[in-house]
Amino acid sequence: MSNKLYAPIILLLVLTFLIGPFIIIIAASLSAGETLSFPPQGLSLRWVIKVFEVESFRASFGVSMFLAIGGTIFALILGIPASYALSRYKVPGAETIRTIVSSPIIVPGIIVGLALLRYFVVPFNFGILFALFLAHTALILPYAVRVVSASLTNLRSDIEEAAVLLGCSRVGAFFRVVMPNIRGGILAAFILGFVTSFNQVPVSLFLSGPGVRTLPIDMLSYMEITYDPSVAALSALLAFMSLGIVFLAERFLGFSRYV
Amino acid sequence: MSDSRFLCLEKMTLSYGKNVAVPDMDLDIGKGELVALLGPSGCGKTTTMRAIAGLMEPASGKIVLDGTDITRVPANKRPVGLVFQSYALFPHLNVYENVAFGLKLMGVKGSELDKRVIDGLKTVGLSQYATRKPAELSGGQQQRVSLARSMVMEPKVLLLDEPLSNLDARLRLEMRTELQRVQKESGVTMIFVTHDQVEALAMADRIIVMLDGHIEQIGTPEDIYNHPVSDFVADFVGFENVFERVGNTIKTANGDVAIAGDIDDATKGLAWRPSMVTLGDGPFEGTVRGTSFAGGTREYLLDTPLGQIKAECDASLPAHDFGAVLKFDLPVHKAAQLARTGSL
Repeated sequence: MSNKLYAPIILLLVLTFLIGPFIIIIAASLSAGETLSFPPQGLSLRWVIKVFEVESFRASFGVSMFLAIGGTIFALILGIPASYALSRYKVPGAETIRTIVSSPIIVPGIIVGLALLRYFVVPFNFGILFALFLAHTALILPYAVRVVSASLTNLRSDIEEAAVLLGCSRVGAFFRVVMPNIRGGILAAFILGFVTSFNQVPVSLFLSGPGVRTLPIDMLSYMEITYDPSVAALSALLAFMSLGIVFLAERFLGFSRYV
Repeated sequence: MSDSRFLCLEKMTLSYGKNVAVPDMDLDIGKGELVALLGPSGCGKTTTMRAIAGLMEPASGKIVLDGTDITRVPANKRPVGLVFQSYALFPHLNVYENVAFGLKLMGVKGSELDKRVIDGLKTVGLSQYATRKPAELSGGQQQRVSLARSMVMEPKVLLLDEPLSNLDARLRLEMRTELQRVQKESGVTMIFVTHDQVEALAMADRIIVMLDGHIEQIGTPEDIYNHPVSDFVADFVGFENVFERVGNTIKTANGDVAIAGDIDDATKGLAWRPSMVTLGDGPFEGTVRGTSFAGGTREYLLDTPLGQIKAECDASLPAHDFGAVLKFDLPVHKAAQLARTGSL
């Protein structure tokens, strides 16, 4: 057989594996039946509506949003100055610092979670939400530093000196000419951080506790007890939310340039 | 304060950590002058320029501008403009906003702001490009925007870092004329840094030749071109045959060689341009090791008992072949008599 015939078949298989689960989830969430099943038994929106009625989903969605948005903002507040220092000044051991900052990506989440629990949360008696917040910030920080560093590297540093000579203070130059030019990178880092935090399971699993859990953890425990299609409906809603964010980011920022 | 001491560097020392880049520099620049800081890379010319701009603080000494000591005045408060070699335009702002940047910080607003920005753009011939982003402009246009951005601030001194080095040959000539015109029209004191002697000779009222952090010679283009004071300056402006002189001899690789003619007692060296070497007649002999045709002239590289000699003669004369033995002379009356040697 020729390549001309292979290529479309391979493409079709890849797309099936990528999009297939998504279609199954959407279909399952529209089922009228009592249990999670595919193909769906009849069509209905009852499980989509149910998602919004489950109290624990509402609470854990709030926690997840707080961690994703708050954690990302905090990681950027730490990460932007760090990236700036690493790219503009001769920092001793810059490479080591970069490696350490990236380590939460490399080390498996389950180990990070256990380590945080055993050596920080328990000895220092952190509150659950505070511990989750710190853990998520740490997990997002590598993305913040990486993406922001990349945009800073592409930005010439002499424009800051030019701004100073035109009357800006050093700090003013940062806000007037550096920030506007790395805005795209910062937003890309925000989206990556948000998605990373929102989808986080292993670390959150260790640090969640009574009354405070993130949405993915809540979904796991919900499924252990009830096997109705509302989890599928919630998954589908979350997938659409992510799609929407990425679509807007691409539309207005050319998100794919940064990732 | 007189006009000839508009900008004064007094015993200014610049250093990077423990490395002294420019020791004890003294320099006076007059009001409205167009001055070139000329020298090879690493001679301290850019460092000196950055110190005048305030981007670098002198380790000691003073910088006085228009009667005011500005040594400790921060860069953003100095009435000094700088056009960067890379132009350093703000990529997120359009041409108009780039030029308006400094004026806005100064608190200029409304129609006054508009007028000054438009005037600035008109001066450099870019009024129709006001809404373009820097990335949409050619190198020459970016250079003009950068010039306008500094000029609208009405600085007392305008510094330019290698203003022509990123432009192609044709634009370079155009920009050279442009810079001279802007300088003469505005009367601003302009100092530009360059490693290109042709650029310095063509544009400047006065040239400051720098080497290893000190000033080697200051003079008009004619002075520098015709009367270099040291072997370094001589070599830099095209005296390619440079010798140390002792009494009536010049030192060569093969021992001292007697030379006839009147030489000042103070002269430490003699230098000849290739065109000053008499070819075809004279007390010395050399073998042709290379020739090249340069339009109006033909250049020869000769192997001689004095070492290698570069000579040049009219291209209409018959060409000498590789390996030919030619007589030549180094006429003392044509030579540049150097007051210092040893810097090469």
